[in-house]
Amino acid sequence: MFYRESGDFSETYPADSQTFPIKFDRYRYYAVLVVAFLIIPFIINDYWANAILVPFLIYAIAAIGLNILVGYCGQVSLGTGGFMAVGAYACYKLMTSFPDVSIIFHILISGGITAAVVALFGLPSLRIKGFYLAVATLAAQFFLVWLFNRVAWFYNYSASGQINAPDRTVFGHLVTGPNTDAWAKYMICLVFLTFAGIVARNLTRGSLGRKWSAIRDMDIAAEIIGVNPLSAKLSAFAISGFFIGISGALFFSVYLGAVEVGEAFGIQKSFLVLFMIIIGGLGSIFGSFAGAAFMVLLPVLLKNVLVGGLGWDTALAAHLEFIIVGALIIVFLIAEPHGLAQLWRVAKEKLRLWPFPH
Amino acid sequence: MKRLATVTVAAVMAAAPVMADLVFPSLSYRTGAYAAGGIPFADGYADYMTLLNERDGGIGGVMTRIEECETGYNTEKGVECYESTKGMGSLVYQPLSTGITYQLIPKVTADGIPMHTMGYGRTSAANGKVFSNVFNYPANYWNGASLVVNHLLDLNGGDIKGKKLHLVYHNSGYGKEPIRTFEQLAKKHGFELTLLAVDHPGQEQKSQWLQIRRERPDYVTMWGWGVMNAVAIQEAVNIKFPMENFIGVWWSGSENAVLPAGDGADGYKAITFHNVGSDFPVFDDLAKYVVDAGLAAGAGDQIGTAIYNRGFYAAMLAAEAVKTAQKIHGVADITAAMMRDGMEALEITEAVMTDLGMPNFGPAFKVSCENHGGPGLGAVAQWDATNKTWSLISDFAESDMSVIQPLIDEDSAAYAAENGMETRCN
Repeated sequence: MFYRESGDFSETYPADSQTFPIKFDRYRYYAVLVVAFLIIPFIINDYWANAILVPFLIYAIAAIGLNILVGYCGQVSLGTGGFMAVGAYACYKLMTSFPDVSIIFHILISGGITAAVVALFGLPSLRIKGFYLAVATLAAQFFLVWLFNRVAWFYNYSASGQINAPDRTVFGHLVTGPNTDAWAKYMICLVFLTFAGIVARNLTRGSLGRKWSAIRDMDIAAEIIGVNPLSAKLSAFAISGFFIGISGALFFSVYLGAVEVGEAFGIQKSFLVLFMIIIGGLGSIFGSFAGAAFMVLLPVLLKNVLVGGLGWDTALAAHLEFIIVGALIIVFLIAEPHGLAQLWRVAKEKLRLWPFPH
Repeated sequence: MKRLATVTVAAVMAAAPVMADLVFPSLSYRTGAYAAGGIPFADGYADYMTLLNERDGGIGGVMTRIEECETGYNTEKGVECYESTKGMGSLVYQPLSTGITYQLIPKVTADGIPMHTMGYGRTSAANGKVFSNVFNYPANYWNGASLVVNHLLDLNGGDIKGKKLHLVYHNSGYGKEPIRTFEQLAKKHGFELTLLAVDHPGQEQKSQWLQIRRERPDYVTMWGWGVMNAVAIQEAVNIKFPMENFIGVWWSGSENAVLPAGDGADGYKAITFHNVGSDFPVFDDLAKYVVDAGLAAGAGDQIGTAIYNRGFYAAMLAAEAVKTAQKIHGVADITAAMMRDGMEALEITEAVMTDLGMPNFGPAFKVSCENHGGPGLGAVAQWDATNKTWSLISDFAESDMSVIQPLIDEDSAAYAAENGMETRCN
């Protein structure tokens, strides 16, 4: 009734090709931005920031990054954890080597460094595909974790091999370290996520995104119509790596503050982010958000309901959590193999016709 | 989904009542690869607090309350647990994980809550001049490393020049901590040190033990945790390594590390900073007030095991610190800041231990503003596979502080410089 194109006229080409051509979608998007930027920072507390929103925002950046590679370009990657570690250690080395430079630049440069590393590990994708490529990226995962464990230079020769984020400020407000306000942590992650979301959305619907999709759908056909597989695949690896590197840098510096590579960036992290985009929806920016929300919020929600609400034993709750999350993943994937994003798309289609479906 | 989470979490947080209790958060892990160590510790910690409530009516008339939160030895869940419990009036954190400890050191300092990392965590936190809110009395990893070497010195009449020692360690912050001390001690005593890292979770150690079999070291020492311990001891049995030459740190000295290897594990040694077994008067009280009343934590089947005793001991030290804090401030319902003062003024004497029904359970020691690490005393325990018991084969002895203290000073000074901190206690 209120969600439809009719009566919504575009008078210019830019208006016609904007991200959200339907008025209702556009306003909803603005409303989300207003809530995220102007309301949440004023009501957020430490628990909400550290346990829920900051991890959600950071995982959403990682999911966007991986979605570009897997969802849009069709190159399977199991190296996300290792690539996040590259971002984290790059950020740590930059933070400790150049303490006077703003952390914003450190995070962006960490993304750039990760992009270079990921592009390097993406080179085999020109020869191998599918499962074989997955194994090659798996090797990257193990190699990178081993490297950061092995070479003491990366952790500045500290006794335990841990890296610790020193205090850093943006516009005079602390954003890393223990004295950071909840809203500052939230805001820096939100700014980077918004940036990542807008860039990714516009890249994927531009010519580069179309090249990626062509490669994903059928690489030989893509090559015949003039898509260069070298530049298309490596650009997907590099841009994906850029976002994953940013998320790794934020994960270390803003969220955890102290990181041990094997524990924080192990193979589980690679699977976690991969699950996020599979559940959220491959090839969808919204799916990256939905998947990250599902995988981050659901365990916290279950824990709070089972332990805090019902007063169950913590071990029982932790085991039940595995069962429930696992079962929900299966149910969602059976009910909708294309993820939460497809559910959302179907809902929108139905809403356009509502209340007269015939 | 997100909105549902919002509503539920908000409801839960609003529903949590504010009670005037002494709150002890227990960041436990009863699931995952490290549950074998996490369960007994959490049970011991909870049971001692229950005992105080049931027998004495709390501490100084205020009841104690355990807020348990499952971390699964995972730092991200550790953060969630810390954030969800810190607002409940939590008095002291004991995360039983070196990774989570590193995470929480700056946070607890900023929030003014003390943290007690007994025999784990960041070793240089022993320097109270730098680490105001972190305590690791009565002993730390570096004491442990030195105690292992001291035991080797005892066995060899004071000369271990040219002996080969292999360190099998968990490839994480926890396992890496003692390396520097071992290296210094190797230089001092002239033994050869070889490092063998085992990756998380530690089930795959074939190559490390193959190397040990090939190189035939005189001694092997281990910094393991969780499933890694049992696997390592089984592998040592498989290559017929003489068990009396295999010495674990205290975290590798639990029943569930040696039991799977059966009789082969007989003679395996581990260092410890507290006594073993349940032959203490306090365990009679425990049976009467807690176990028989059906209030024992968990399955109640861990009582008297090595790591249960450690949790029990940790709770006892926390309770004594509460008593000290109550005495200093003259308030029964203390805050976290008062608890910190209590921990810093804690003095455990033989008389105190005897009064508590735990004579000779741990060493006597005194904490001060400068020294948060205690005396670093430890003993060697040996496993008897026939009777399935640990027994101490040495007295509580000192570690080599002439090596450890400079390392502590150096590492804590580096931390202070990194974070631009002033030293305290001047």
